[in-house]
Amino acid sequence: MARNYVRFLALILAISICSEAAIFRPISDSHRSAALDLFKPIDGSFSSLEETYEALRTFEVLGIGNKLDISASTCRSVVEVLGSSSSNLKDLFYALKNQGILKCAIKEEILKGVSSKLEAAVNGASSLPDFYYSVGGLVLIKDQTPEVNVLLDDAEGVFRSIKALSQSDGRWRYSSNNPESSTYAAGMAFEALAGVISLAPSEIDQSVVATVKNDVVKLFDSIEKYDDGSLYFDEKTVDAHEYQGPIFVTSSVIRGVTAFAAVVSGSLKLPGDNMVSIPLIVSLPATVLSLTQKDQLKVSVSSVLGSDAPPLTVKLVQASSSSSKGASIIENQELKFDGDSSFHVLDALPDSVDIGKYLFTFEVVLYDSENEKVYTTGGKTQVPIFITGFVKIDSPEIAILDSDLGSIETQKKLDLAGENSVALSANHLQKLRLSFQLSTPTGKAFKPLQVIIKLRHESNVEHIFLMGNSGKQFEIILDFLGLVEKFYYLSGRYDIELTVGDSVMENSLLNALGHIELDLPEPPEKAARPPAQPIDPHSRYGPKAEISHIFRAPERRPPKELSLGFLGLTLVPLIGFLVGLLTLGVNLKNFPSSAVPATFAALFHLGIGAVLLLYVLFWLKLDLFTTLKAVGLLGIFLMFVGHRVLSHLASTSS
Amino acid sequence: MWCADTCTCRFVTLFGFEQVAYMAIVGSFPFNSFLSGVLSCIGTAVLAVCLRIQVNKENKEFKDLPPERAFADFVFCNLVLHLVIMNFLG
Repeated sequence: MARNYVRFLALILAISICSEAAIFRPISDSHRSAALDLFKPIDGSFSSLEETYEALRTFEVLGIGNKLDISASTCRSVVEVLGSSSSNLKDLFYALKNQGILKCAIKEEILKGVSSKLEAAVNGASSLPDFYYSVGGLVLIKDQTPEVNVLLDDAEGVFRSIKALSQSDGRWRYSSNNPESSTYAAGMAFEALAGVISLAPSEIDQSVVATVKNDVVKLFDSIEKYDDGSLYFDEKTVDAHEYQGPIFVTSSVIRGVTAFAAVVSGSLKLPGDNMVSIPLIVSLPATVLSLTQKDQLKVSVSSVLGSDAPPLTVKLVQASSSSSKGASIIENQELKFDGDSSFHVLDALPDSVDIGKYLFTFEVVLYDSENEKVYTTGGKTQVPIFITGFVKIDSPEIAILDSDLGSIETQKKLDLAGENSVALSANHLQKLRLSFQLSTPTGKAFKPLQVIIKLRHESNVEHIFLMGNSGKQFEIILDFLGLVEKFYYLSGRYDIELTVGDSVMENSLLNALGHIELDLPEPPEKAARPPAQPIDPHSRYGPKAEISHIFRAPERRPPKELSLGFLGLTLVPLIGFLVGLLTLGVNLKNFPSSAVPATFAALFHLGIGAVLLLYVLFWLKLDLFTTLKAVGLLGIFLMFVGHRVLSHLASTSS
Repeated sequence: MWCADTCTCRFVTLFGFEQVAYMAIVGSFPFNSFLSGVLSCIGTAVLAVCLRIQVNKENKEFKDLPPERAFADFVFCNLVLHLVIMNFLG
C-alpha cells in the first residue's frame, strides 16, 4: 500500500484515457492527511531507505512540507550507507534517491567511491534487480553531481545482457536462472536500458534498440481495460504473497517506457496518442441545485493533484432532462470564470428550467493550443445534476361520499403544510376520497415518486394505497364496500397518514391527517384473520414477572431451652462415669516412671488428645480430606509411640 | 480394668437412651445426627465389651493375646469409629 502513492505519481502522467471520462475529484486534504497517517516514522526515521524515499517523494508530490522532521536522521543514514563498503546495491540506490530529494552534504570522494563500486557492480551483474539498482544509481549520481564522471565502458555489453532476459511476449525475467517472467520486471528493464543508453559514451547499436522498441509494443498488446475505459497492466501469474496490484505494475511499465522514450530517437509505436499528458479533471462542488435558494452551477477544473489549470473555458454543451427523453433545456452555454473562487460559474439557470434530474455535459477548451500537448481534457464530461425546488400543493381535501349517489356527506379541507387532525366516520357503504393538486415551480404537472395514503387500525394493522393522478390532480377513492375483506372486517378507529415525496421535492411530507371511525359488518365464519402484529420486543425480551418461590416448610425445631436442658442431661452420665471411676479407685500406678518410657507415654496420651481435637476441628470447620491427611500423620506418630509404651508395659508386666 | 469397662458401658448406654428420648420428643430432624450419636454410643459400648473379653484372663480363646495389644486395638478402633461418627454427624 505504501508504494501505491509513489507509483500513483507515475500513473498521473499516464497516457490519455478515452473520450467519455468518469467524473473525478482532485487530490484533497483528506488524501494528504491519509498520506501522513500512512507514513509515520518510528523514532524519527523509517524502517528502510526505500520506505524513506517513498515517504519523501509522496510528501513532495502532495505538497506536504513535513520532510524536515526526518531529513536529519535520513541524511545521517544516507551518508552512512554511501560511505560504507558493505552496503548492498539496493541500499545504495535508495540512498542516492533520498539524496536527490534532501540534498544532504556529501563529499565528492564518497560519491566517486560509490560510482566506481556501482560501475564494478554493473559489469559483474547477472540479475535484473542488480542491473536496475546499479545503472539507476549511476544515473542518479550523474544527474545530481555532474562533477563526478560517470561512464559505462561496455555499455553495449550491458545493454545486451539486460536484453537477454526478455521474453517473446514483451515481459522480462528477473534472472537467467528463474524462468518466471513479469510485467513489473519489464518496467524495471526499460528503465535500466534507458539508463544504459544515457550513460553510454558512444551510441548503442540501433538494431538492438529497435528490438527493445518491439518489446515495448509487444508488452502493450497485453494491456487490459476497465469498464470505464481506463487502461492498465497486471501480472498474469503471480504468487499470492507477491501480488501487488495493477497500479504497482502499471506505474512500473509507464516509468520504464517514458524513461526509454526520452532517450531513444524516433517514436514508439504505441496505441493511443503516444503522448504523456497531464489530465485535467472537471469537478463540481455541488451536484444538487436548489431553485428556491437560487443556487448557481459551479465547476472547477484542475489537475488530479489539485494544481491550477492553465487558462481555459468551460462550456456547458448540453443540459438534458433524464425524464423527458433527452430534450435539452440548455445548449452551448459558456461558463464565466470567477477569479476569486477559481470556479467557472453559470450565472443563472434559465427560467424554463424545472425541478428534476438532468444530465449536464461539459467540455473544456484550452485557450493556448500549445497547452494541448501538455494537458489532456478527456473530451466531454457528463454529470448528473439534480435540480430541486418547492412543489405547490393545491386544494387538498378529504371527503366521505355516499356510495350509491356519490353525494358528499362530509368534506374537510386540509392544510398539508401544517398540522391536521380531521375526525371522520363512515360505514361500509360509503367511500373516502382524498384529492389535491401538485405543480412544479414553473406550473407544470409533477408526479412524485411516492404518493401514498396509509390507514392504520388501532390494533396496528396497516393498509397502504397508492394514489394515481391525471395531470396535476391526484385523487384516491376508497370504496369500503369493496375493501371490507381486505380490512379483515375490523371496525374501529383508523389513523390516516399521507406521504408525498420525491428526491427533487424540497417539501416532501409525511403527515398524519387525522382519523376515521369505520363501521364494518361482522366477519363471517371463514373470514381471514388479520395478520399477527409484531410483538413488542420489550414484552418478549423485557424482564418477566417476579416468581414467588414456595419453599418446603422448615422442619419443626425444638425450643432452645429444651435442647439446652438435654445438653445438661447428657453431662450427667459423664459425671456419673467419673464418680464411678473414682469409686473404683482408678489410679495411674502403672504409668512408667523412668524418663524415656514416661515421655513416650505422655506423648501417647497427647497424641490421642490431638486426634480427638482434630475430630472436633473436623466437625467445626475442616473438610474430610484435610482431616484424613492429618489423621494419617498423627496415626503414624501414635502407632510409633504407642508401640514403644505398650511394649515397655508388656515387658515390665511379664 | 473390667470394672472401668462396666462403668463405660453403663455411661454410654445411658447416653444412648437419652438421645433416643430426646429424638422422641423433638422429632428425628436431622436424622443423620441422631443416628451418628446413637451409633457412637453403641459402637463404644461394643468396643469396650470386646476389650473386656480380650483382657479377661479366664477367657481361653484370647489367652495368647497380650492385654496391651488388646488395648491398642481398642484405641485404634475407637479412633476410626469416631472419625466416621464425626463425618456422619454433619
